[in-house]
Amino acid sequence: MKHKTFFWFILPTALAMLLFIALPIVSVITQSLFTPHEQVFKTVENCTPFKCTQSTTIDQEATEALREAQPLGRFVGLSIYLDRGHLAFGEVAQAWQSRDGFGDFFNKIGNLPFYRAMAFTLSYTFVVTPLLIILGFMIAVAVNSLHRHLKGLVIFFSLLPMIVSPLIGSLVLFWMVDSRGVLGTGLQWLLSNPDLSLKASTGLTWIMLMVYGVWHSAPFAFVVFYAGLQTLPKDTLESAMIDGATRWQQIRYVVIPHLMPLVTFVALIQLMDNFRVFEPIVGFNAEAHAQSLSWFIFNDLGGETRLLSSASASSVLTILGVAILLSPVLIRTWRDFNSKG
Amino acid sequence: MFFKKVAMASAMAIAAGTAYADCSISGRVNVVGNEFPAIQAVGAAAQECTGGEVKLNLTADHQKVNVAGMTGNPAEYTSAIIANSSIVALMNEDVIRPLDDLVAQYGQGLKKNQLITIDGKVMAVAFMANAQHLVYRADILEQAGVEVPTTYEELLAAAKVIKEKGLMENPVGGPFKAGWNLAQEFNNMYIGHGGEFFKTGTPEVSINNEKGIATLEMMKALSEYMNPDFLTHDSNATNAEYRAGNVALMHMWGSRAATMTAAEGVSDEVKNGFAIAGPLTVAGGDTPATTLWWDGWTVSKNISDEDAAATFQALTHAIRPEMLNDETSSLAVWLIDGYEPTEAAKGVFAAANSGSVPYPMLPYQGLLHSALGTELADFMQGKEDAATALADVEAAYTAAAKEKGFLQ
Repeated sequence: MKHKTFFWFILPTALAMLLFIALPIVSVITQSLFTPHEQVFKTVENCTPFKCTQSTTIDQEATEALREAQPLGRFVGLSIYLDRGHLAFGEVAQAWQSRDGFGDFFNKIGNLPFYRAMAFTLSYTFVVTPLLIILGFMIAVAVNSLHRHLKGLVIFFSLLPMIVSPLIGSLVLFWMVDSRGVLGTGLQWLLSNPDLSLKASTGLTWIMLMVYGVWHSAPFAFVVFYAGLQTLPKDTLESAMIDGATRWQQIRYVVIPHLMPLVTFVALIQLMDNFRVFEPIVGFNAEAHAQSLSWFIFNDLGGETRLLSSASASSVLTILGVAILLSPVLIRTWRDFNSKG
Repeated sequence: MFFKKVAMASAMAIAAGTAYADCSISGRVNVVGNEFPAIQAVGAAAQECTGGEVKLNLTADHQKVNVAGMTGNPAEYTSAIIANSSIVALMNEDVIRPLDDLVAQYGQGLKKNQLITIDGKVMAVAFMANAQHLVYRADILEQAGVEVPTTYEELLAAAKVIKEKGLMENPVGGPFKAGWNLAQEFNNMYIGHGGEFFKTGTPEVSINNEKGIATLEMMKALSEYMNPDFLTHDSNATNAEYRAGNVALMHMWGSRAATMTAAEGVSDEVKNGFAIAGPLTVAGGDTPATTLWWDGWTVSKNISDEDAAATFQALTHAIRPEMLNDETSSLAVWLIDGYEPTEAAKGVFAAANSGSVPYPMLPYQGLLHSALGTELADFMQGKEDAATALADVEAAYTAAAKEKGFLQ
């Protein structure tokens, strides 16, 4: 393609990306470097239906002038990134100095919101992603070998978890695993432990969230792999059969190598999605046991007093996290691309 | 003859009704607010006004949209329905206007105690009051042979008897969901212990003290008698537990008392055993472990004077004495003239009369509330001790307050 043609071809996309991706990111980064002005207080008398009391309130006239002068707020550099709600370098350093063995150090780190959230997010990402790829692959192979009359129906049902919106899906499961719900009671009966409660235990809540994550995302892997299976080279497969390869050997030496590029693709997308895990935490009311960076953003913006700078810093950290997570895969793809070229 | 009478009577009633509902405005009205029956009744009454469009956006997520929707000029929302905690966010951002002129012009029917004044200026008009208090199962307490508790210590003793007699497995209930609800239970219990949230007159938090620890220990003791999933139970979920007959003693919002057992499938036992009491005290204190709340409406600052007048008129119309009828009276503890307390209002009145304190209207109280909501869950699960949990809350609050410019 000529350079000029390429330019006009890519222009709309590039503009849209600039407007809807690059500019918002710049704005978020700016927001994370500024905080609201120092508030000027005054003491006033408040009267409510109950009684009159002396109370503190913000002196709006005094803050007005400050806001006019610097509409963005105070420039604070990276201090929001380093405060206790985020990277908490001060607290980490202190925990290291006052440590009483490594166990104690990790305990103290685990008590800081960012690191606690990371512990869950990374476990979730690295457990769910491989499992959903394996499960999606198994469904794809199974469906592919079905009779063609059955295929349509089975494909529809296999896709259901992805069609149901994540919040609704997690709510349905949440009610089912309640200690008075169908699955919850079933588990209690199965393990003959009437006090068993999935929601009251951190470990079981994590498992529940991960099972949900696999259930919800496996159809995506399934669809991609199923499409890939339609392009399987028939002759290679047939020669393998003539050579007496078992079904397992066919899958191991013909099907999997053929689908490998798709596995990379699914892994990329799912690593990214799983790192931003959010809906199941809200849907399962699991915030007492599991938190993620996305949940922090939601929490900062949902309180009575909104913390915009803190939410922005969490957003930037999420972007950085995704970039770090994806870098090995991207580097590998780049190398493959170069070696082919 | 009979038909004629009926027809006449209904015609007169309709005429009277329209006469009362006479409200004509000239301007735009758009109200954002929380979603529960009492507020829905107020919104519906505001929509009786003619001459201008009255739009409503009543949603449980109102706090996520009201500030943003009132910041622009002209603002999208001409009014926000808020409570004593959420008016602070609007005050902090300076998006609501003083109502003194409008009250003088259109608000003759409003009572003095409905006017919320801050620094001598009327900033909101309250229409209902709310508080948390005890609701219980009279039949279960009778079977257990215990008196209706008036303190949390008595409540624990009663719960113990109920559990030991095998009447119920988890006799205690309350909205203990991690987040806003759990933080509110801490606030209640801490106030009951006579605690102060901040060093007097400053935004410096001070809850990591003996009273704070005693507060957490009491909450932990209560949770031992709750459904093990208590950290996922908000008011809706605890209400469901009560309806299912699993709970005998519950700390609940007054605004839910009228509909507490009004649902399909609630057994007669639960319905007949339902009883309301006042709030409880704790640790020998005099102040009940609860907070008083009011709900009211505001008028946006960034709108034209015509729209502000229209909004004020429509909402004043919505809370006129005539809006109270058999249906609406039981929905809330109305602050409106002519309100006759119903049986369901007993708990809130008991709270108001026993010296309960209102939820504090401080600019930084919301930040402490958020910090409590996220940091206390570890303690409630037994992962850390009370002092560490409170130190965590203080650290989380301090970081947030520094960011917001409340602390240097």
